[in-house]
Parts: sequence; C-alpha cells; structure tokens
Amino acid sequence: MADPRLRVIDRRLSTIDHIIAVCSGKGGVGKSVVASTLSLLLARRGLEVGLLDLDFTCPATHLILGVGDATPEEERGIVPPSFHGVEYMSLIYYTGERPTPLRGGDITNAIIEILSVTRWGRLSHLVVDMPPPGLGDATLDLMRLIPRMEFLIVTTPSRIAFQTVRRLIELLREADRVILGVLENMVLEPSGRVRGEVEVMGLKYLGSIPFDPKLEEALGDAEALLQTDFAVSLNAAVSSLLPD
Amino acid sequence: MAEGVVAAVSRIAEEQGLKRVTEVTVRIGELQQVDREILIFAIDQLRPPIMRDAKIIVEEAPAKLRCRVCGHSWRFDPKGLEEEVSEAIHFVPEVAHAYLRCPSCGSPDFEVVEGRGIWLASVKGLRGDG
Repeated sequence: MADPRLRVIDRRLSTIDHIIAVCSGKGGVGKSVVASTLSLLLARRGLEVGLLDLDFTCPATHLILGVGDATPEEERGIVPPSFHGVEYMSLIYYTGERPTPLRGGDITNAIIEILSVTRWGRLSHLVVDMPPPGLGDATLDLMRLIPRMEFLIVTTPSRIAFQTVRRLIELLREADRVILGVLENMVLEPSGRVRGEVEVMGLKYLGSIPFDPKLEEALGDAEALLQTDFAVSLNAAVSSLLPD
Repeated sequence: MAEGVVAAVSRIAEEQGLKRVTEVTVRIGELQQVDREILIFAIDQLRPPIMRDAKIIVEEAPAKLRCRVCGHSWRFDPKGLEEEVSEAIHFVPEVAHAYLRCPSCGSPDFEVVEGRGIWLASVKGLRGDG
C-alpha cells in the first residue's frame, strides 16, 4: 500500500539549507574529487557541511577523503560520523570494499533507505556525489524525492563529455530544476569553448580547473588535497556559489 | 521506521478524512530483520492523538530471492549471519548483494522477490461522521 520511508525523507532533510548534487553526463570527469574537495572547502569556510556518496556500485569519496574505520552511530536512525568537519555518509560503511552489484530498482531502494535513515545535523550544505550516468536512476530518483536539490554540473573540455552534459541540462531545465552552473575540470589548454557554450545556454560558468598532475598523490589525505592547485582553483569557483 | 509508519498513517488519515484510526497493519520483510516488539514499542512512543487507540498489527513477510542468471529461487534465512553483516542488511537491505550469492550458481545478480523493507498493508478508521 504505502511506503512509509517516503514520508520521513523530507523531515530528515529539513535541517539542511542547500542540497547540491555534483553531477555530469558521463563518468570520469572528476565528480567525486570535486564533491569531496568542495565539501572540505565549504567546511574550511566555517560552514556546517555534509557529504553523501550515492555512487553505490563504485564509491570513491571515502578513498579521496581518507575515511578510516569509523562507523555511524545508531540513534533513532543513522548519525553519520564527521571527518575534517564534514558529516560523511556512504554505503561503504556497510559493504566495505566488496563488489556490490545493483540494478535500477535496488539503487532506488538503497537511495530511499539512505535518505530515510540518515540523521544529518544542522547543515548549511549537503554535497551529494552522484553516480554516472547522469541521466540514470540516481538523478531521476533525486529529482523525484528532493525537488529543491540544486545541480552543480561537471564537465571536461571534451566535446563528448560536454555533449552528454548538454542532455543533462536539458532534462533538468524541462523539470525546472535549479542549475548552479557548470564547472570545467581537467583543462589542459584553455580555449574558452566550454565557457562560450555554457553562457550561450544562459547558465553560469563556474570556472576552469587546470589538470593537476599532483592531485593523484594527495588523494586519501584531506589536508594534502586542500593544498593542491586543483583545490585552489576549485575554491575560486566555490566563491561564486556562496553569498558574499 | 516507526517515524515513517506514523507519518504515513497520519497522511492517509488526513487524505481519507478519518477522525480516528482503529487498526494499522504493517508488513515487515524478513530480509530487514526488524524486531516486531521494538517496532511496536517505537510506534507507541510516537502515537499522535488520532492513533491513540489504534491496534497495531505487524506481519512478517518471508524473504524470497530469485537468481536472475540461473533462475534458482530460495528462501533467505538471516539467522546465522555474522552480526556485522546482519546489521548492514538491516540498515540498507540492498547491501545483501555484497554478501549473498545464489546457492545454485554463485551469482550476486539476484532479486528480492518478497520480504524487503516495511510497508503499510492497511489502515482502518472511522470517518468524521462516525
């Protein structure tokens, strides 16, 4: 008859001002590193921040942040532990590094379960690392379950990546969703092409992040990650997301 | 879970114009290993006035799984699982795909045919006119 979980989700998220989905059309554009670093940068600015990894089959944010053995506390739901000032929730607490193959219906159920059991604190921003593909189950579920979600779109200079992003933008616009802007990641040679296309679409170009060959070494160490050129560039883009 | 049940019952009562809820039947899937007594206790703690005298019935649905590769169907018995695994499946039943395999062919590609989650089977009550 009725799924009682759906009635709890709004209440669970009611302590959060902004819910930002970091998403793209294709995989491999750096969504997880952007989402993880974005949450650290917001926390460093003194904001109360959460990070939710919805890439259930290939989670990565725990590797990027260097999340250790901490486990969530059970207290009328699940209270996520905090790392470097970021409340962190992932299915990784329950699966470890075991392969966890999930089909669409299972992904939907797991998303609803996570959203209905997680008890976030008072947050200004919850950053959500979305799985690829951008027009798949997770995006459709979150559009349905959290209409107020705001979308931060990540692309690379690749025409292929941007073309998939274009489809995602069209989908979000049809549904009248808030698009915060487009971030161009892994830029080797600045060309202005993506900026031009984004602006023609009437969207905000959040910034260009040069490819950082040293980023790989910093993964797993939040402090080192914040010192990278990648984080410095992202920080400039973050500024345009926040009120003065 | 109890919060979800109470919120869903309240919403249904409002939609249906119920003045008083007399009986609520909740079905819980065996896969999620919800303790019936704890669930009823938790619902009791959250009862809004409209549910004050409602009888709470909790039914358990057995967990039935079916392999998508070889078609084998089996009943999953959560007893005997390690506590850590049992707890993980309790919170998010889909993580069963990280731990369980088809007993016939070993595939992790199975579906939960029945016995997942918690849902309201029925809500009975009295309308405003009595």
